[in-house]
Amino acid sequence: MGEQIPIVDYLVLDDGTPHLVAQTCTECGAQYFDRRNACAKCGKRSFEVRSLGDGGKVRSFTIVHRAAPGVLTPYVSAIVDLEGGGVVKANVVNVEPVPANVSLGMPVRLTTFVAGTDDDGTEAVAFGYEPA
Amino acid sequence: MSSSNGDNVWILGASMTRFGRYPDKDLIDLGADAAMDALDDGGVTIHDMDVLGAGSLFEAMSGVGQRLQKQIGQTGIPVYNVANACATGATAVRAVSMAIKAGEADMGLVVGMEQMGKQGLLGGAGKARSEKHVYEPAGRYGSVMGVEGIIGTGLMPGVFAQAGMEYANEHGGVDFEQFAKVAEKNHQHSTLNPLAQYQKPFTLDEVMNAEMMSYPNTLLMCCPTGDGAAALVLVSEEKLQTLSAEQRKRAVKISASVMTSDEWTESDQVQPDVSTLTRRAADQAYETAGVDPQDLDLVELHDCFATAELIHYDNLSLCGRGEAGKFIDEGGPWRDGKIPVNVSGGLISKGHPIGATGAANLYEVATHLRGEAGDRQIEGAKVGLTHVIGLGSACAVHILEKPAA
Repeated sequence: MGEQIPIVDYLVLDDGTPHLVAQTCTECGAQYFDRRNACAKCGKRSFEVRSLGDGGKVRSFTIVHRAAPGVLTPYVSAIVDLEGGGVVKANVVNVEPVPANVSLGMPVRLTTFVAGTDDDGTEAVAFGYEPA
Repeated sequence: MSSSNGDNVWILGASMTRFGRYPDKDLIDLGADAAMDALDDGGVTIHDMDVLGAGSLFEAMSGVGQRLQKQIGQTGIPVYNVANACATGATAVRAVSMAIKAGEADMGLVVGMEQMGKQGLLGGAGKARSEKHVYEPAGRYGSVMGVEGIIGTGLMPGVFAQAGMEYANEHGGVDFEQFAKVAEKNHQHSTLNPLAQYQKPFTLDEVMNAEMMSYPNTLLMCCPTGDGAAALVLVSEEKLQTLSAEQRKRAVKISASVMTSDEWTESDQVQPDVSTLTRRAADQAYETAGVDPQDLDLVELHDCFATAELIHYDNLSLCGRGEAGKFIDEGGPWRDGKIPVNVSGGLISKGHPIGATGAANLYEVATHLRGEAGDRQIEGAKVGLTHVIGLGSACAVHILEKPAA
């Protein structure tokens, strides 16, 4: 087995248990998963990296059946309200993707899975949420 | 030129092509058909126009306005080519309307057009990087591969499904069947509209049992891609007074023209918040026009997906807060209901050639206010509202009125 690399840089694998981090505005506390030039809420230009909680509740979801080529279907895409603050989009995994198994307000927790392997044997690790 | 900046802008002429598929025409044919018909409808010519606003999303970089001028009249007037996602047509309306309001033009032509053919699913799916064989973080998220389907979805059926389900989460009492009822209504409405891409009714069962695209949106709850154009001739109030009695009689007043973009919300960073900017645009439009939502005789709103239409009942204050499910259950948005919504068939059945949509909905409402909507006429319509959303996002709301003669 080769090395592992996070699929996106807001998933941290090498500092304790896998967790998400957010670029957090030092002025107003607004959180972003991507690099921002300035805070979209208050305009301040400095950020600090903060760790986010692992648990949350499903705020919204859809079950995708028709997708772009190469995407495995069906799968559950969800918006999750995190405990301690933050809103994130991810798949709900480790559950059969049918409406009966996913509900609004459902408690979930962070998990990781291997999404692919490159020619050097490096594994891309993705995150999702599973029923808590 | 007019110096009466505060006066209203009026619709003098309006037209749209039937939406559908036109493999034998090009984009400019469609735009020219709508433009020339709108000029004829207004009793004016291209030589009367002081400004042109041209909207197309997929050919935005090709100078569509100037290409159109070469087919219908090169008069040297300023051309604004605009692109603003699904709000492109409405943005062209705004460009011309602002020029008139600013006193720089007395009359202007708006043309929204699109030729999409069969494009399949639209949306911001992560870039395919299948050719990369060694992972390397790239972009603002430091991603090593396309993330569509791995970290949620960014394709339109799913994004709008999540928007609907978020409303259900917030307010409860909204389910799959209520979302499906929206599509049942719009398909039924479209049977009366000869300009609709599809004119076929479907039962609620057929809607719910159609192929699932992105729960709870089935295929019959998603708008199609297609081709088409819509055009409007806009005129200042001062100039209108100099025109013939017949022209004045058919003119329709734009009582409010409002555009908004997303303000910061926490969830908007990961899932487009189509409600906040719609609510703000609508509230501002009602205030500007001095119109109460309950006074509306008809509404054409942005039903790209059935889930979207339902939440906009609430965002546009057609119903009480949290009561969108109840509103559809009670038949409120049907053509014989409290406030008819999308009597054209909406994007779901009339079609959604992107650049045309935000102008076509003004055509639709204006046609009812003129009493010229044929079989689908809402009798006695005096005031109507149009709404579009372009993801990213841009929202435009217009309120149109037919003052007593």
